[in-house]
Formats: sequence, structure tokens, C-alpha cells
Amino acid sequence: MKRSENYMNPYLAGFGLGLVLLASYILMGRGLGASGAVASFTSWGVSEIAPSQVIGNGFFEKYLDPERAPHPLKDWLVFEVIGVMIGGFISGAIAKRVSFSIDRGAKISDGARLFFAFIGGSIMAVGAQFARGCTSGQALSGGSLLNLGSWVAMICIFGGGYLLAWFVRRLWQ
Amino acid sequence: MTAPLVPETISADYSLLIAVISGCGMGFFLERAGFGSAKKLVSQFYLHDMGVFKVMFTAIVTAMTGVFILSSTGFMPIENLAMVGTFLPSQIVGGLILGIGFVIGGYCPGTSAVASATGKIDGIVYMAGLVAGMLAFAAIYPTVEPFLNAGSMGQVTLYGYFGLPSWLVVVAVIVMAVGGFVGATALEKKFAHLKPEE
Repeated sequence: MKRSENYMNPYLAGFGLGLVLLASYILMGRGLGASGAVASFTSWGVSEIAPSQVIGNGFFEKYLDPERAPHPLKDWLVFEVIGVMIGGFISGAIAKRVSFSIDRGAKISDGARLFFAFIGGSIMAVGAQFARGCTSGQALSGGSLLNLGSWVAMICIFGGGYLLAWFVRRLWQ
Repeated sequence: MTAPLVPETISADYSLLIAVISGCGMGFFLERAGFGSAKKLVSQFYLHDMGVFKVMFTAIVTAMTGVFILSSTGFMPIENLAMVGTFLPSQIVGGLILGIGFVIGGYCPGTSAVASATGKIDGIVYMAGLVAGMLAFAAIYPTVEPFLNAGSMGQVTLYGYFGLPSWLVVVAVIVMAVGGFVGATALEKKFAHLKPEE
């Protein structure tokens, strides 16, 4: 089934997204994010499956810290990302864009696309930890507070993408 | 009454409900903009569809303008808002890694959640990749920890760093964004031939 590509005007969608972010600041005093939720989820998973692995590891201990959340999954960002999925589903359902499919360039196989999706996700998780946030937490939320580190990270995100784009163009042609 | 409204005006019991509602709004507008599609997102890096830049900078300008107006009225002092500290070495490296992963994987973490929710199998696999990446990072954490914390500058803003009044930087960002929108639209026309055929 061909998905509808009748997307909202980017300025209107951006204005809506900006108001949501502003509301989050007014209500909670914090911005939006995404990668932190995956870090919490992963830390919780490891603490359940292989509890000995979390002891002494500063990464897991940070996300399992009871000061951060009473339970690793009762974390603000985890619930926010659940909301992202609900909101995304609602919008997709209205536009008839919900269907099982693989989004890829015409020149690569489904298997190759899924391989690179997995690799890309792994790379971005590591990048988000170094940058202390991803496109949502740093570029969008920190960017709107005129945070110096967020702007540097944002410029480097675009820079990294443009540097590599030519070399991986076959993925998307 | 001052912002943030939680916990003084609104009970902290509602925090997680607010999280879900905020996320809903974010996911809704990301999907509306077409950001549940990897092909649409990476078009940004091939210049024939600058939607990522346009949506992101409109959102930044909107939220920034609101934040600085509300801060100047005293309703929401900007000091009350959570701001991540600046660590330039790790943030430069992290930003470059994020950009590289974006153009390989086709999503960023937030948009992969939207893609997964609308049935994109590549979005679901991307999220599995995120978990794998977190595990890999946990494994290297003890080694990279000194680098992560190198060059700590505390909470620094652009206007603080350059010693400018905040309103001037706000205006400069707005002017830059509008100029960027004009330039982005010109680039889309110039590189329209790169758009893959359906």
C-alpha cells in the first residue's frame, strides 16, 4: 500500500512542535528528549537480566539512581517517549499512514536497509551519550534555551550528516 | 505564580501524565511533518527537501521567543529551567557521531519512535539498534568517562559566552532562521533533480 505523503506545512508543524516544547518548559521546567528514555530502559533491562553487570558501572548507576526516578521505568522521559508513540500513531492513523512497511531507497534490499537501520541506531545511541542528548534533547530543547553546548552539538550533527551523506548516497537513491 | 508550574502550582503527582501528554504533542507534530519516514528525514542531507531544518528551526524560534518573553516578564525566570552543562570536546565528538548515525540509520531517536508507532519495521529495528548502542556505550563508559567530563564549562548560554544581551541573540537567531528558510527553499529548487523517483 502506498502511504499518503500529504504532509503538513513544515513551518506550521514546527510552530506546533515549538508550542509543545514551550508548554513543557512552563509546566515542568524541562524540555523534550528521546535518547535518555532508551538509556533508562536499557539500564533497567540489564539490571533485571544481569544484575551483577550494573554494579560499579557509572552509566547504569546513573540511570538506575533512585534519586533520578523511583523506578527506572517511572522516568519522565520514558513516559514522554510512550507519548511520542501515541501521538505519532494518532497522526499517522488520521493520515492513513499506519501500515507495516520498510522505508528505504530503491537501490538496496530490505535486509540491507534493516542492517543499516540497526547500525545507525547503535551509532546514534553512542553519539547521544557523548553529546549529552540527541536531536530532541540537545538541538531542539537546548537550542531554544540558547545553550552554548546544544548549539555546538547541533552544528556538529548537521556537519556529521553532510560529511557522510555523499558516501552513503546509495542507501537513499 | 511562577513557572515551572510543577511542583508548586500543580502537584508533582501529575508529572508522568504531563510527560505522556507532552510526548503526544511532540509525536503528533513530528508525524504530521512527515518525520515518520526515513527517506523524508535524510532528504535533508541531500538538499532536495530541507523539511528537517525548517521544522526544527521554526520550533526553536517559537519556543525560544516564548521562553525569553516569559523570562523577561518574571513569570518564568530562565534560571528555573533545566539546562545541560557545556562540555565542548565530548559534545563536538558526540554531535558528529549523531550526524553520521542519522544519515546511515535514517532516523534520530525521537523520530524512530514515531516511525515504529506507524508500523515502520526499519524504525523498530533502529530502536533495537539504540538499545545495542547503549549497551556498547555502557561497556566503554569507564574508558571514556574522563573524556566525557573534560572541558566542563558549567551552564553556559550563547549570550553569556559572547557577552551580549540575550534579546540581541534572540533577534539574531530569528533573523538567521528566516534567512535560512529562504536559503533552504532555494537549495530545494537547485537540488530538486536529486529527489529519488517513486
